[in-house]
Amino acid sequence: MRYIDKFRDPKAAAQIRDSISLLCRQLEEGGRTLRIMEVCGSHTMAISRYGIRSVLGPTVRLISGPGCPVCVTTPGYIDAAIELARTGALILSFGDLLNVPGSMLTLAQARSQGLGVETCYSPLTALEIAARDRKRQVVFLGIGFETTVGPVIAMVDRAHREGIRNLSVLTAFKRVPPVLHALVTDPELKIDAFLLPAHVSAIIGEKPYQVLAERYGKSCVIAGFEPLDILYGINGILQQALSNQVRVDNQYNRVVKPAGNQRASRLIEMYLQPSVADWRGIGQIPFSGYELREQWSAFDAPRRFDMVVPEGHVNPGCRCGDVLRGVSTPPDCPLFGKACMPSQPVGPCMVSSEGTCAAYYRYERPGVKPE
Amino acid sequence: MKTDTIQLAHGGGGRLSRDLIQTEILPRFGQGPLRDLPDGASLDLPDSRVVFTTDSFVVRPLEFPGGNIGNLAVHGTVNDLAVCGASPLWLSLGLILEEGLPMPLLRRVLDTIRDSCSACGVGIATGDIKVVEQGRCDGMYVNTAGIGTRMPGFTLSPGRIRAGDSVIVSGNIADHGMAVLAVRDNLGFKDGPSSDSGPVHRLVSAIQDIAPSIRFMRDPTRGGLAAVVNEMASGLPVDVRIREADVPSDPRTRAVAEMLGLDLFHVASEGRVVAVCDPAVTAEVIDRWRKLSEGSAAGCIGTVTAGSGRVVIETLAGGTRLLDVPAGELLPRIC
Amino acid sequence: MCLAVPMKLLDIARNGFGTAELDGVTHSVDLSLIDQPAAGDYVIVHAGFAIEKLDTEEAEARIDLFGELAESGRT
Repeated sequence: MRYIDKFRDPKAAAQIRDSISLLCRQLEEGGRTLRIMEVCGSHTMAISRYGIRSVLGPTVRLISGPGCPVCVTTPGYIDAAIELARTGALILSFGDLLNVPGSMLTLAQARSQGLGVETCYSPLTALEIAARDRKRQVVFLGIGFETTVGPVIAMVDRAHREGIRNLSVLTAFKRVPPVLHALVTDPELKIDAFLLPAHVSAIIGEKPYQVLAERYGKSCVIAGFEPLDILYGINGILQQALSNQVRVDNQYNRVVKPAGNQRASRLIEMYLQPSVADWRGIGQIPFSGYELREQWSAFDAPRRFDMVVPEGHVNPGCRCGDVLRGVSTPPDCPLFGKACMPSQPVGPCMVSSEGTCAAYYRYERPGVKPE
Repeated sequence: MKTDTIQLAHGGGGRLSRDLIQTEILPRFGQGPLRDLPDGASLDLPDSRVVFTTDSFVVRPLEFPGGNIGNLAVHGTVNDLAVCGASPLWLSLGLILEEGLPMPLLRRVLDTIRDSCSACGVGIATGDIKVVEQGRCDGMYVNTAGIGTRMPGFTLSPGRIRAGDSVIVSGNIADHGMAVLAVRDNLGFKDGPSSDSGPVHRLVSAIQDIAPSIRFMRDPTRGGLAAVVNEMASGLPVDVRIREADVPSDPRTRAVAEMLGLDLFHVASEGRVVAVCDPAVTAEVIDRWRKLSEGSAAGCIGTVTAGSGRVVIETLAGGTRLLDVPAGELLPRIC
Repeated sequence: MCLAVPMKLLDIARNGFGTAELDGVTHSVDLSLIDQPAAGDYVIVHAGFAIEKLDTEEAEARIDLFGELAESGRT
């Protein structure tokens, strides 16, 4: 596990931490603080799991953005999935979605009521099951950012080429660049810099982010998910800030090519077109989602089953939206740790294993914060 | 007439039931109290200070790398007795079988139970078999209850844990949970980890003469290390600080965890002990455990400090974070 | 989003799949999204798909960089 373990080396981590402390002091002397937004749930998870906030001083504030496609999934989507299960279809889902609250039930609760819901590691499982039992309708819950869109669409492409007619996808794909644009132009948020996602960038490359630096003057680092990647990435943002540089710095170049994965992009382009998408807590953002093109409508669950994904009902006390936009931290939400906790989540931020609130609750709960 | 699957009649008390006992149970377990098939076992115990425990075993799939539900059921109860400071002596064996269960599978499980009991030095004193209709249990459910006698010297209780104590684990964590998960349908792993299902009573008897210095022991089964350490610390004026870099794990177990996004601290072991001891005996405990094959990877993973019932991980990145009790089902994630 | 791990490609099949390995554990991996995959390549695997190759030269260069940091104490 060389290419994982070597990026977790404690000695190197110690040195980068020292460098960060030094740069933070210099920033403080200039009377400045830095608000860095990370927009990938995997970064949120890793930052909490490795206790990275505990090694940063008050000068640098790490804010978690809406980078968890599970967190921004609307309750209506879960309701639609359960509705499809009620028709007798077998629903295949990534494990992440099982405990996300719909308006009434979670998928796990629907499963315990006898509805056909199963988890899988790969969308290919949906294809295997559909191929084995041609009489059963199989629906795959296609959520995710560009990293996951590639695999789901490649699975659909296989289904098409193999003539599988009993498989469809309930899509809720989200695109990162449009939501970044919405965030950077939001007057309520004051973001100084972005820690950009590792594997979304592997698909889309560096170019979509240039506008953040060139037009909006935000320093950006594309960083991997291992602790050294994250620490070094934060160090890189600090260096940019102190030298008043503003650019997109690809620090994950062992995977991210400047133009991204063109093969994946072409496949995505063939099957999907950008569409408006509903981001829980943020609202509708134009072009921020993907939908299946008309000629592939047979693979689109709502069109196949002639149904509409409802809006769903959101608990009015839930502040997930503010948390997702980086306006509030989990402790700011009145429900956090009281009415809302991992065992009884109100909103997806608490339920998703990488949701901001879940990460805070598991690793950094205020009042019992380690240091 | 030999049949190749379990039928409802095998649990009915009639001819098929008796045949099953005669052909499958007595040859394997009939040398002791079971010989004449009494309704209850009359046992002479060496001591009146008895420890009694029970556990039921539900695992899917029934067979997995490193074992099956049979050795899980034997070791699980033997280990519960052991970590209470008892020498295991007798087990009861309750089987609930699903109609349609293949006989060869049942025989493999019974063979494993026989062999594990023999290796642990315990006997099956009594038992029962029931059969339910197809679909009413996952192939087979097993219950074992166990009796052991107290080993002198052990006073084990979380209340004895003090600031300064050491936290020791007897070997690699999370192997069992990952081994079983990796062979579930819909996941597709090959050459995955093996379950660590195994007895721990030799580890416990190896430290019996320094028992007063051992504060508390548990086997980290369901909920993994996280569940056990949180349970120890809960409600006490102490924190338990675990050093992530010192927690031993097997590369294959880690590989599956990485791919599925799971935290090893939340995943079950079935052949390990977590012990809290006086710091003065830390090296001694580790040294004795490492001399046993089941303790070869033993090590000190943390320290108890003054605190408020929290478990804190000192991470590889040099930060700190809380280790919480796991929420529930282990769900693979993509995020 | 998005959990993915570097794995080594052991072999390639004709139907667009390969076998990937991490510390002895193997898993089938779909190679549709990779240009000219070859046995011996390292790929980043997400949800059973290789989403990009790992450039091992760049990876080693970065490992060296972090190694030097660990030794020298300078960033």
